[in-house]
Amino acid sequence: MKIIDIAKVLNAEILVPGNDMENEVFSVCGSDLMSDVMAYVKDNVVLLTGLVSPQVIRTAEMMDIKVVVFVRGKKPPATVTKLAQEKDIIVMSTSETMFTACGKLYSSGVTGRGD
Amino acid sequence: MGGGIIRKQYDIPGEDLAAAGEASSDAKKMLVQLGVNPFDIKRAAVSMYEAEINAVIHANGGKADVVISTESIKIIIKDEGPGIADLDLALQEGYSTATDKIREMGFGAGMGLPNIKRYADELDIQTEPGKGTVVMIKVYFS
Repeated sequence: MKIIDIAKVLNAEILVPGNDMENEVFSVCGSDLMSDVMAYVKDNVVLLTGLVSPQVIRTAEMMDIKVVVFVRGKKPPATVTKLAQEKDIIVMSTSETMFTACGKLYSSGVTGRGD
Repeated sequence: MGGGIIRKQYDIPGEDLAAAGEASSDAKKMLVQLGVNPFDIKRAAVSMYEAEINAVIHANGGKADVVISTESIKIIIKDEGPGIADLDLALQEGYSTATDKIREMGFGAGMGLPNIKRYADELDIQTEPGKGTVVMIKVYFS
């Protein structure tokens, strides 16, 4: 699924846009625990999380994750969006819960391909 | 990549939780510039980041030494924190002594050292209760 379509499926607000909105993602990692995210090795991943700390962006940076979606309508502080801009990481916010957001993406075809 | 060896030292500040990860970010940038294989970069970056986070949350910061050669990256993270009381337990997935404050940052799931073990080619931990901990990580480039 294209990154721009992730935003459509989740009815998400794009807080930090990127130049790569047409790129494909194959997998979703949904977690509030960053070390669990770092144990998850797949390519072209979108990270769904309810945690709004700068460490989310750091973790995405280390893992080459290009898209972060904050669930449950959470909006990160400006320090987080600024860091995301610097690291060229796309940031969105959706009012969906973690469970529903994961379910919507899975049923739209993002089923974890790309091992 | 040329034949030279790059050495870099970093201070890891203990108080600034938002800054945690800057040393790892800089080291990752160097590996990207050197054209290292992306998976090896990821292994090195995640290993260093987990060790850096550990120094911040458990030991109020420390120092990082990074040595990059044509074959590998060696990362040494040194702190003067409380040390690790039971290293075997700390290396088990899920074991954690983290506080609620650390968990609010998204860490303390008991996956830090296990993640380093998973990604690094070599891991050596010297720790002494009350004195501090030295973590040596090596990742070979494929």
